[in-house]
Amino acid sequence: MSGNEAIARGAFEAGVKVAAAYPGTPSTEILETIAREYKEIYAEWSPNEKVALEVALGASMAGARAMASMKHVGVNVAADPFMTLSYVGVTGGLVLVTCDDPELYSSQNEQDNRHYARFAKVPMLEPSDGQEAKDFMKLGFEISEKFDTPVMLRGVTRISHAKGIVELEEPVVPPVSTEIRKQTEKFTMLPSFARIRHRVVEDRFLRLKEFAEQFQGNRMEINDPAIGIISAGISYQYAKEVFPNYSYLKLGMVWPLPENLIGEFFKKVKKVYVVEELDPFLEENIRAMGFKPKGGKNLFPICGELNPSLVEKGMLGRKFKAPKPFFEEPLPPRPPNLCPGCPHRGVMHVLRKLKVYAAGDIGCYTLGAYPPLNVINTCICMGASIGSAHGMAKALGEKGSGKIVGVIGDSTFLHGGVHPLMNVAYNKSSATIIILDNRTTGMTGQQEHPATGYTIRGEKTHRIDFAELGRVLGIENPRKVNPWNLEETESVIKEELENDQPSLVISEGPCVLLRRAFKKYNKPLRVDSTKCIGCKTCVNLGCPAISYQIVEGEMAMTADGKKRKGISFIDPSLCPGCHLCYQVCKFEAIQSQEEKPIFGFETM
Amino acid sequence: MEQITTNILVSGVGGQGVILASDIMSEVFMEAGYDVKKSEVHGMAMRGGIVTSHFRFGKKVYSPLIKQGEVDILFAFEQLEGLRWINYLRPNGKIVMNDHKVNPPAVNLGDMKYPGAIPEIIRSRIRNFYLVKGTEIALQLGDVRAANVVLLGAISKFFEVKEDVWLKTILNYLPAKVHELNRKAFSAGRDQTS
Repeated sequence: MSGNEAIARGAFEAGVKVAAAYPGTPSTEILETIAREYKEIYAEWSPNEKVALEVALGASMAGARAMASMKHVGVNVAADPFMTLSYVGVTGGLVLVTCDDPELYSSQNEQDNRHYARFAKVPMLEPSDGQEAKDFMKLGFEISEKFDTPVMLRGVTRISHAKGIVELEEPVVPPVSTEIRKQTEKFTMLPSFARIRHRVVEDRFLRLKEFAEQFQGNRMEINDPAIGIISAGISYQYAKEVFPNYSYLKLGMVWPLPENLIGEFFKKVKKVYVVEELDPFLEENIRAMGFKPKGGKNLFPICGELNPSLVEKGMLGRKFKAPKPFFEEPLPPRPPNLCPGCPHRGVMHVLRKLKVYAAGDIGCYTLGAYPPLNVINTCICMGASIGSAHGMAKALGEKGSGKIVGVIGDSTFLHGGVHPLMNVAYNKSSATIIILDNRTTGMTGQQEHPATGYTIRGEKTHRIDFAELGRVLGIENPRKVNPWNLEETESVIKEELENDQPSLVISEGPCVLLRRAFKKYNKPLRVDSTKCIGCKTCVNLGCPAISYQIVEGEMAMTADGKKRKGISFIDPSLCPGCHLCYQVCKFEAIQSQEEKPIFGFETM
Repeated sequence: MEQITTNILVSGVGGQGVILASDIMSEVFMEAGYDVKKSEVHGMAMRGGIVTSHFRFGKKVYSPLIKQGEVDILFAFEQLEGLRWINYLRPNGKIVMNDHKVNPPAVNLGDMKYPGAIPEIIRSRIRNFYLVKGTEIALQLGDVRAANVVLLGAISKFFEVKEDVWLKTILNYLPAKVHELNRKAFSAGRDQTS
C-alpha cells in the first residue's frame, strides 16, 4: 500500500474515532482512504486545516483518539490552534499528520515542517517507509496519551506516494473512554491557567527527551565503523541504498533528539555525516549539542528533494562518477495544462482580453500564469488573491480603477477567501473578485466541500450558494456567468470592472472531469481546413486538443485565396466540445457538429 | 528468484495510465514473492504534465527512487517521454516504448517542434530497444484505454513471472465487460516483443 494508505491503516489500527482534513497534495489520500475503507472512523473534509485540527482537538478533549492530516502549508493555517494545543495537551491521543513536498511537485513553497515540532515543543515522528508510517501512527497515539501532548507525524511526497509492502494488524481498543469531561484549568487558556500549562510543557519536554533515548524507532546499525550516517525518513532509505555497509543512526523521532544516543554514535564511528532533505534541522541541533559531524549541508543541497544519486554525489565528492549520458539535446518541456473543456479557460481568455492585473490563488487556474494564457500574476496562499487584490486597489486608487481582479476557486474561497471578501465589502474595495465555481476541489483530484452538496462519504448535505453568501457579506449585486459563453462572461466582468463598488462575479462551470455534473459531453469540433487562415486565435486558448500545424505548397492558401503558414487542428479524441474555440474564430473555420452550437455543456 | 534489484522507470503523459500500469506491476511482483517499492508524483501531473513512476523489485528494496544510470527497463508510454528519461538507463538497459506521440503545449502553439525521428535516435544509441504499437493496437481493438495493457503485455515477456499471474492481476483492476478486450490487448502486446 502507499504511505498515505498506511497512515490511514495506522489510524484504524490505533482505534481512531475522528479524522478530519482539508485536501492537499501529497496528503489527500489519507482521508480518502479512511472514508472509503474504515467506516468505524468518523471522517470529514473540513473547510480548512485550522478547522480540521480544531475538530480533532474537540474529539480528543472528549476522550477519543483523533487525527488531522494536511499538507505542509496546511500546518501554517492550523498553526494558531496548534501552538496552544501544545499547552493544553490531550485526553484521547491526537496525531497531526503533515505531508511535506520537497521539490514542490504541487505546492507554493517547500518549507520544512520539522521546525514546527521544535517551535511547538511537541514530539515528531518521521517514518521512512509505509510499514513505519503505519507503525508510527500507532506509536504516536500511545506517546500522545502517555505524555499528554499532540504528536506530529511527518511524511514527504516519497513516503505518501510511494508504495511498498505493509503488514497489517488488528485494531486495538484505546485505553481512554469518550465522555464529557470538564477539565477547565487544562483546556481554558486564560493567562492565569496558561502560565501553569507553559511550565507543564517545559517539564513534558524534558521527559520526552529522556523518552527519545529509549524510543524503539531510534536505532543504531553498526557496520563499518569508519563512516557513520545520521539520517531519518526517506533520506535514510536513499543513503542505505547507496551505502549499505556504512554504520547508521536511524532516527524515527526527529524531535526531541536523543542526545546520549547521538553521543554514543559519535564514539562508535570515526566520521559522522548527517544526511537529510531540505533544512539542516538535525545537523544544526546536533552541532548545538557540541558534536562535530564531518558533513551535512556542505555536501547535500538544501533546495529540492534528495535522491540516491545526490546522496552518493555528496558523500563521494570528487570521486563521484556521473553516468555517461546517451542524449543531451534540449527537449520541449511539458508543463501541466488546463484540461480540454476546462471552465477556467473562458474566464482566462476574457481576463487576458481585458488586460487586467489578476491576483491568483491556489488551484488549477494558477496554471493560467503559463503561456499562452499569461493571465494570472500572483499566487501566494489560500485566499490571498482577494486580500491582495483589495490592498493593491487601495494602494493604486484611480490608477488601478477597473484593472484589479482577484481570481479564486470555490474550494479555495471557502478555505480562506470568505474573510477577505468580507473585507472587500466592509472596506469598500474597487477590486473585482471572481469565484471560479467548478463545484469541486479540482487540483487534488475532486474532493467535496461545503458548496458541492455532498460529504466525504457522498451523503447529501447543505450546499452553500455563493451569491447568497456574497450578499450576506455585503456585496450588493453578485453576478453569475457561464464561463463557456464568452460574450456573456466578457460583458459581465467588464461591467463589474467599471463599477467601483465591491464586485463579485461567480463563474458557474463544473470541472470538466466531474462526470456527475454533466448530462453529456458534446461532439468534438472540427476545423474546416479550407477556411482556417492560421491566425492562432484558437491555438492561443491553450487547449490541449488544439494544435497548430505548418502547411506548405497547395495547402498554404485558403479556398478563397488567402495566404497562410499553418492551420489549426482539433484532436477529436481530446475535444469534449466546449465550443470556446468556435466562439473565438472570426473566419467560421471551426465548425460545431451539434445541431445547434452550445456554449458549454448541459449540466445537472 | 533474482537476488539483485530490478529497476523500471515508467514514463508518460498525465492520463495515459502510467500509474495504473505501475500499480499492476507492483502487484504482479508482490504476488511472485518479491519486495517491491514504487514511487510517483500525483497532483499537478493529472493535467497533461509529465508522469513518471519508479518501480523496483528484488529481495530487499530500500529507496523508492532509482539512481540515474541504473534503470534496467525504461518503459515509456510516449515517444518524447521516452527520450526525456533515456539518461536514467544503464549502459545495457532496455527501452520498451509505445509508438505514440502527444504534443506538449509549446508544440501545439507552434513555438517548438516535436523532435523528429525519436525511434531512430534511440535505436542508434540503445541496442535493446522495443517499439510497441500500443496505442495503435488498442485503437484497432476498439478502446484506446487498453493501450497500457498492450504495453504491459509487451514488457511481461522480459520476466519469469507467468502470463496468467499478469492477466489475473490486470483483469482484477478492470470491470468484467472489458475483460475480453483486455485479454486480447495483453496477448497482442506479448507478440510485440517476441
